[in-house]
Amino acid sequence: MSSEITKRKKEDEAATVERTRGGTTYNPRIDIWEGKSELVLHADLPGVAPDDLNVHFEDKELTIHGKVSPRHEGVHCLYAEYGIGDFHRTFRVGESIDAAKISAELQNGVLTLHLPKTEEVKPRKIEIKAS
Amino acid sequence: MYGRQWHLLGDMWTEMNRLQNEMEKLYGPWGARQQGNGSRAYPALNLWEDDDNLYVEAELPGIELDDLDIVVTDSNHLSIKGERKEPAAEGGTWHRQERGFGTFARSVELPHGVDSEKIAAKLAQGVLTITLPRREEAKTRKIKVKVG
Repeated sequence: MSSEITKRKKEDEAATVERTRGGTTYNPRIDIWEGKSELVLHADLPGVAPDDLNVHFEDKELTIHGKVSPRHEGVHCLYAEYGIGDFHRTFRVGESIDAAKISAELQNGVLTLHLPKTEEVKPRKIEIKAS
Repeated sequence: MYGRQWHLLGDMWTEMNRLQNEMEKLYGPWGARQQGNGSRAYPALNLWEDDDNLYVEAELPGIELDDLDIVVTDSNHLSIKGERKEPAAEGGTWHRQERGFGTFARSVELPHGVDSEKIAAKLAQGVLTITLPRREEAKTRKIKVKVG
């Protein structure tokens, strides 16, 4: 997994608001599962190479951006049922996430993100002492 | 959509593309990704050609080539079958499930005959590309025109 979770710098924020490159950007389809100790996100990102995937997590905001290179340039396209473009989606994560322990894996065009919860939000069973 | 002919779809596509453009004007390009231009046929397909081959492409994230069954019958009838497995999870809660899973099958008629013995399929980063060599009689012939 060569794509990295990078902390977005404040000065870069303006640049991420609008892209300079034209073309359509698509919302990837996602699944989100929550377990006791982590959130797991699966995103369909067909055509995204690991080097072209960026995942940012800062201030409870998770951003996924996958760059997709055009595949049909200069070909004689007969029919097209879907378009090709970058994938982009942002989430606000309500749970407290241990950002340092986030892990990501991209396999067969599916991104799997593990977002471990911080210790204090994990449910704890409080032992009651019998007097 | 099953078995419907490509040329019949042509007009529908044009119409759907126009509609999609209208939608983008209204909601911007960030709207939900449409599969198959709103139709339920899965997977959505793109088709292009050159002098020697026809190419069919489909986005099939999370699927292995072994999970796919690609067959050409009657030289121009292509069918793609497969299954996407449910993501593993024990207990917990699903907050969102947009991706879908299960079996799918799609069958289309190709615009011309292909050599079913020489079909090649490649699956990379969740994108399936099928290369279908044209049959000899379906190849475009260039006719030289002599200037008198």
